Amino acid sequence: MSFILDKVSHRYSQGTAYEITALDNVNLKINDGEFIGIIGHTGSGKSTLVQHLNGLLRATEGAIYYNGQDIYDKDYDLRDLRTQVGMVFQYPEHQLFEETVFADVCFGPKNQGLPEKDYTLRAFEALQSVGLPEKYYYASPFELSGGQKRRAAIAGVLAMKPAVLILDEPTAGLDPKGRDEILDLIAETHVHYGNTVILVSHSMEDVAKYVDRIIVMNQGSVMLDGVPRDVFHHYKELEEIGLAAPQVTYLMHEMREAGMDVSTEPTTVEEAKDAILRMLGRK
Amino acid sequence: MLRDITLGQYYPADSVIHALDPRTKLFGTLLFIISVFSFDGLLGFGVITLFMFGIIYMSKVPLSFMVRGLKAIVILLLIAGALNLFLTPGQPLVSLWKIVITKEGVKNATLMTVRMIYLIMGTSVMTLTTTPNQLTDGLEKSLRPLSKIHVPVHEIAMMMSIALRFIPILIEETDKIMKAQMARGADFESGGLIKKAKNMVPLLVPLFVSAFRRANDLALAMEARCYVGGDGRTKMKPLVYQKRDLGGYAVVVIYFVIVILIKTLL
Amino acid sequence: MGIVEAKNLVHEYITRDEEGNVEGIQVALDHLDLSVEPGQFIAVLGHNGSGKSTFAKHINALLTPSEGTLIVDGMDVNDDELVYDIRQRAGMVFQNPDNQIIASVVQEDVGFGPENLGVPTEQIWERVERSLKSVGMWKYREHSPNKLSGGQKQRVAIAGVMAMEPKCIILDEPTAMLDPDGRKEVLQAVHKLNKEKGVTIILITHYMEEVVDADYVYVMDQGKVVMEGNPRGIFSQVDALQEHRLDVPQITALAHELKNSGLPIPDGILTRQELIDALTKIK
Repeated sequence: MSFILDKVSHRYSQGTAYEITALDNVNLKINDGEFIGIIGHTGSGKSTLVQHLNGLLRATEGAIYYNGQDIYDKDYDLRDLRTQVGMVFQYPEHQLFEETVFADVCFGPKNQGLPEKDYTLRAFEALQSVGLPEKYYYASPFELSGGQKRRAAIAGVLAMKPAVLILDEPTAGLDPKGRDEILDLIAETHVHYGNTVILVSHSMEDVAKYVDRIIVMNQGSVMLDGVPRDVFHHYKELEEIGLAAPQVTYLMHEMREAGMDVSTEPTTVEEAKDAILRMLGRK
Repeated sequence: MLRDITLGQYYPADSVIHALDPRTKLFGTLLFIISVFSFDGLLGFGVITLFMFGIIYMSKVPLSFMVRGLKAIVILLLIAGALNLFLTPGQPLVSLWKIVITKEGVKNATLMTVRMIYLIMGTSVMTLTTTPNQLTDGLEKSLRPLSKIHVPVHEIAMMMSIALRFIPILIEETDKIMKAQMARGADFESGGLIKKAKNMVPLLVPLFVSAFRRANDLALAMEARCYVGGDGRTKMKPLVYQKRDLGGYAVVVIYFVIVILIKTLL
Repeated sequence: MGIVEAKNLVHEYITRDEEGNVEGIQVALDHLDLSVEPGQFIAVLGHNGSGKSTFAKHINALLTPSEGTLIVDGMDVNDDELVYDIRQRAGMVFQNPDNQIIASVVQEDVGFGPENLGVPTEQIWERVERSLKSVGMWKYREHSPNKLSGGQKQRVAIAGVMAMEPKCIILDEPTAMLDPDGRKEVLQAVHKLNKEKGVTIILITHYMEEVVDADYVYVMDQGKVVMEGNPRGIFSQVDALQEHRLDVPQITALAHELKNSGLPIPDGILTRQELIDALTKIK
């Protein structure tokens, strides 16, 4: 069991006229090895939520337990929590600062207090796993293209071998191929290390394709929580809060309304294809 | 702490002070500052206090806003006050071991503290009632004569208004980068001075890179909108004096004369 | 005569070492030919680094060609004296919403362009009002840009360009940094300007969904136009698009997959209804 959030609320500027409730009584259980997608509007509280998980923000009410320990306990080491819960922020390439890509990737594991031999090995492995060509390892991070910078920055977090990896909109601004490559890479590391992955995203299509569980945030609360096909079954409620199911889900529902005997469960192109072929008796 | 600085934060309200021409307010603030540093004696203090709180009342800006601006300089005030209190030579009032507090020290410390507080409050009346753009427009037009001796007045004014627009963005960005580096185990709190300074590198390098990127983008965007500097530009909000500005100047000048008279005659 | 006519357009970025010797030449535009008719809504697709932004900057005379010609509304961008006329005639909206708003109040920012052009004060106010209304941002005229959402900021940027009364607006990935709502807002605003004010639109993007309603689409890769046609024609070439690091909307991808599985489905399906119609015919 990774995380338990017990009645967690977060209010900015508490007690003033500008008080904003960013999280409102959130109860969640996140298990080891899950691949979770968090979706929601800008301002729904999804970024605020994930920043609580590694202690960058402190809940104004409620408690958070990581592996059974209260992270707000006086003796709890928040820096230690941060080395176990890795966080890739939006536009992570904006945090690059070292003279070489390699040195930058070493920054995290070095802060974990690892000896040089270990952290260089970790940096090397991380850079390999993000598929950055070796000729860039000793280049300045500022000379790389946008997509490569993104990879280098993600490697900087992977090198810490976090048990929980949180990614806040990791594909923002990338082109379609770059987007797929980054998401594939995250899915691969998930399979390879068996770590818990939490993906914050705007894209229903991406979330449906990769994750096992979706948490829908709305106005600081958890609105829906379940496997993709269950969550997208509520596509009308999603629309009411300005979100939408993947296009194929709409298609399946409309086919059904048009009198076709087809499952409405598919949420990805693959599943939709299978369902349609099955309906037509071609499979 | 950064959020406590009220300088450069506009408080929208519908008041006479808001409606004044920024040049009137600049001139008034200037005279007020001079008066704050030239008064002594209780009567002078009374006049200045009355004037300042009168203006604050007229501006319809809550007093708490002005006070919040003081929070940022509390430490500075304490240090300046303490230095004056303990280091002014003169007639001893209290002496404890090696520390001697003199009568002059008490007077200087009080004066100094009052002056600093009034200085901050007085200038924040201006910044809270004037949009940054009006302020720079006012400065640009007041200082226009200097451009004859090749002082780049327009450019300076433009730089100021851009700085004011981007300060909140850069503060937010600092916060974001700090969090991102803390998530990678960076430590901005512990260690001695040198270690602390060294630990700032992961924050400062990305911040500079980002500031330069923004500057570059902004320069392009300005060029794309045909910006070529101050020549040949027209103004969306040209500064034109109204009747109330005449009144404003009169009030400020009368006030100033009174303060000076009190100082020289009494 | 088109409003934008590119013939054999070449642009090379030359990097020099410290002594000023040529270190490397990177060809960003490689003999590009492209033409846009007045009043059209044109989309230019391409992955990051395909040269599409470099092209955009030429139309606005922010860059000048290394070789070839580019005529904007009858004016040659190589002619130094026409630079400001070209910039007024062909306005530009950039990717980052924060980095193109100059003033601290919305309406003052929109007035920035006309101020630079030396428009008399009274007319500036008229233009600002008209432009802000045309993008639905009039009620935010007194706001600070910092308090607006990404989509709103981009609409302010568009209004800022509209206030210069251009014939043509080039939008360089205006939605890349926005959330889905922001993207929709900006697209709607741009389409409205095209239809109601007859402004020629050149939309540069890598989001496929955004080009479905364009009149004509150019696909760029390695500084060249590699595909062109109406959206349906472009989307019917799924494999070719993927080769250029692009993808197609989910429904088009599904139709393509079904066709590959042997179903008689036409190429270039764009909407759910079209796919349902095609499937109905199979039965």
